[in-house]
Amino acid sequence: MSNIYEPVIGLEVHAELATRSKMFCACPVVDTTQAEPNSAVCPVCAGMPGVLPVVNQKAVEFALRVALALACEIAPSSLFARKNYFYPDLPKGYQISQYENPLAVNGRLTILTSQGEKVVRIRRVHLEEDTGKLTHIAESGNGSINEIRPAHTLIDLNRAGVPLLEIVSEPDMHSAEEVGAYARALHSLLRYLKVNSGDMQKGAMRIEPNISIRPAGSQTFGTRCEIKNLNTFRGLERAVDFEIRRQSALLDEGKVVEQETRGWIDDQGITVTQRSKEEAHDYRYFPEPDLPPLVLDRAWVEEILASLPELPISRLHRFQEQYKLSAYDAEVLTAEQETADYYEAAVAAAPQVAPKVIANWICGELFSLLNQTGMTLAECPVTPRALAALIFLVTSGEINLGTGKVVLAEMFHSGQSAEAIIASRGLRQISDSSAIAGMVQQVLKNNPEQVQSYLAGKTGIAQWLFGQVMKAAKGQANPQVVRQELEKQLNAMINNGY
Amino acid sequence: MNTITGLTLSQLVHGLRTGDFSSREAVQAYLEQIERLEPNLHAFISLAPEQALAQADIADSRLAAWRKSGENPIPPLLGVPMAIKDVLCVAGLRCTAGSRILENFIPPFSATAVERLLEAGIIVLGKTNTDEFAMGSSTENSGYWVTHNPWNLERVPGGSSGGSAAAVAADMAPAALGSDTGGSIRQPAAFCGISGIKPTYGRVSRYGLIAYGSSLDCVGAFARQVSDVALIYSLIAGHDERDATSMDYPKPQVNLNGKDLKGLRVGIPDEYFIAGIQAEVEASVREAIQVLQTLGAAVERVSLPHTEYALPVYYLIAPAEASANLARFDGIRYEPRSEAESMWGVFYRTRGERFGAEVKRRIMLGTYALSAGYYDAYYGQAQKVRTLIKTDFEQAFEKVDLIAAPVAPSTAFPIGRHSDDPLAMYLEDIFTLPANLAGVPGLVFPVGFDANGLPVGMQLMGPHFGEDILFKAGHAYQQVTDWHQRKPPLIDKAFT
Repeated sequence: MSNIYEPVIGLEVHAELATRSKMFCACPVVDTTQAEPNSAVCPVCAGMPGVLPVVNQKAVEFALRVALALACEIAPSSLFARKNYFYPDLPKGYQISQYENPLAVNGRLTILTSQGEKVVRIRRVHLEEDTGKLTHIAESGNGSINEIRPAHTLIDLNRAGVPLLEIVSEPDMHSAEEVGAYARALHSLLRYLKVNSGDMQKGAMRIEPNISIRPAGSQTFGTRCEIKNLNTFRGLERAVDFEIRRQSALLDEGKVVEQETRGWIDDQGITVTQRSKEEAHDYRYFPEPDLPPLVLDRAWVEEILASLPELPISRLHRFQEQYKLSAYDAEVLTAEQETADYYEAAVAAAPQVAPKVIANWICGELFSLLNQTGMTLAECPVTPRALAALIFLVTSGEINLGTGKVVLAEMFHSGQSAEAIIASRGLRQISDSSAIAGMVQQVLKNNPEQVQSYLAGKTGIAQWLFGQVMKAAKGQANPQVVRQELEKQLNAMINNGY
Repeated sequence: MNTITGLTLSQLVHGLRTGDFSSREAVQAYLEQIERLEPNLHAFISLAPEQALAQADIADSRLAAWRKSGENPIPPLLGVPMAIKDVLCVAGLRCTAGSRILENFIPPFSATAVERLLEAGIIVLGKTNTDEFAMGSSTENSGYWVTHNPWNLERVPGGSSGGSAAAVAADMAPAALGSDTGGSIRQPAAFCGISGIKPTYGRVSRYGLIAYGSSLDCVGAFARQVSDVALIYSLIAGHDERDATSMDYPKPQVNLNGKDLKGLRVGIPDEYFIAGIQAEVEASVREAIQVLQTLGAAVERVSLPHTEYALPVYYLIAPAEASANLARFDGIRYEPRSEAESMWGVFYRTRGERFGAEVKRRIMLGTYALSAGYYDAYYGQAQKVRTLIKTDFEQAFEKVDLIAAPVAPSTAFPIGRHSDDPLAMYLEDIFTLPANLAGVPGLVFPVGFDANGLPVGMQLMGPHFGEDILFKAGHAYQQVTDWHQRKPPLIDKAFT
């Protein structure tokens, strides 16, 4: 029989800061998946003998935006440190990071789960530099001994020295769902603050969960394992889930969890040992003598605080309050700033329409069109104002809902306005009850058998008759009026003693 | 007699401007002197004769144009040859740091100090020998060869900037740049009988100086006389945005006029006149202090009570920083590489085969001092004591304007004397280490000779950014003494 365990999970997130230049030199930050290898490298980021680092003030500003948005305490003076280890992607043989006295501590992030909102405490936020990228090439050749190229490794230092922000949470999470929610909330926050590209495929945000389990109710921590470098939310959740199950199984079998670093094999859905505790590095941190303490001007920090945009969680709360949206709709609409801005622009452009209706259109029809075409909202050909105009035409009865959806698809593909499409295609809704009465009369007359069935008590047939009327109206009839008229005429038949 | 190489830096500048000789002639004269004496001295690791002559021709045409028009001020050292310690990068010239691990490194950039001198018009003759990565007090730890003292070829020139000091002492260059992490400018200046400045930490940019102990390393200069050292200092000092530890402090205005030291308070630290120092060294230094008194200075005793801890503190902090600074030499980026089957094999073999014993010793010391479980007891504790040493100086400089002391316990020692005893070698630096730990400036100049004809130096230490006081006192001293004009007999012998 399996015991009940409580998982305890904390996260380390490394986010690349989207500054123009690197953390300690003037080299441009380039897209390392696109740029020519080693094209954005200078003596400083190549770690040549004699060079010295100089702190990028923009990176400090970006880091402060995040730290302030996470409600951290900002250190008036923080220290850079050297983290020593040998690896060919680390040109100096040490990484400049922060260790004692980090930039910021004691923050919090509100996450949204199926159980509601929850606050995860942030332990620290600090600045460091990224490493280069290694590409391992297997032995190759065409069979002839002279043609064989032995296995080798290529080093690209374009990424070396790119500013990284490390955000460390307290071990406040207890499920894969919470971990996923935390990562998404942080991703959303970084995007709102415009400090990170958000492009997880390219490694702009790397997540490392620390996971341990303990018997439910226990106050002591179990032995933890760290999973390195996850860069999809789905992979993160699956890896955490797997790790909880793996550790639970070990304890159930009376075995112990070894403290180690593990890697996630996505296609197999498992974690594997990368480095045991014995093999763990002694990084020999010490204060970086090449950089004086990072002393922050209080007024500057205040200025950055004042310049922060409305953050996702505040906006979510406001959307629920102001627009009477469900928590779910509000979350979907505020996850990305572009979506929230789009929504609010549409709401502003259609004051007569209930905001909830606009939310439904965006979360439903518009997102599905974007998904089908793989476009982002920024690329969407339908402006918030054009969408608002369309929705108003539907809610005011000018066209019916079905037509509205067809018109939106047309707007999406042609970029034309709803009015223009409706006019050119004659799609305006027929709401004139005398015209609809005539169509109903005609349908009832043409389908005597069905009418008889209805009168005999098969009331379900009314839906079929409704469909026939709509068909006759080429979909343009106001469905409510059709329903009313159909009911009225059928009732009249009953009353007339059929 | 060779008249050009016998000139001081200022005389050389004057001669070039008046057209007494051309820059090409000057460069050629120094190259000949190097050619003549280098087989005995081994002061250089690399020479750049072609580049130097080409630069001299450019300088000569600028000098000629300037003499013709008289307009447009020309750079202060236009056409003046100099030697550069081989731990400072000069774009396009091989830079070895005295190590076999950097045998083929050609930096694509120049150190800020070098760049400022190049802008001031100097011509680089070559790169001078040094203890490997500046770790040593005798230049015997060079990965290339041992430099010999021009005053006595059996003796060391001091170190680690022994190549630069020997070159200036032997008239192979009118001035040279060096670096001083624990005494590496001051002790060789004393051993070779010339003048040298270790500036305040942060006064001269470290950009382009191959790092040894980053919180201690200072770039400084050698010349025969203090006024010339001051001139070079004034050209290389000042804030550099490429070095975050370089201070944003106004450019120095060195004013040397006069030899009146009235009002100057000179402190004599008890802890620097201790049993065990060579009697002639103490006697010469005390005499020199008397000369300062005759020039008007007031002398009083001061105490720097934590002096005895400077040695252990230094040998924790400098190796700790060095252990990280030297991690980049792993065989991956800089040739030569010792090939091996695995990545770790390349690291082990390259470092194992190409670092010298002293460098390995300090990497191990530093790695140990920073290790988990030992950090607080060693590196952490050393930083605390370093603060006490700094406080000693701050308190002393509340009472006095400068501190006068010996540079080293003895004059130049015989080559090989300390080769089996690293601790004895470390003790050579006991009087120079405190200034590095406290970050204060130190000026050295010759004040006499011992019975063996070896020069004795004295150091003046000042408060942070107090170089001008040191130069004023040193220059005043040299106006009434002639020790700095004495030259090693080997210079003349070479001409006969």
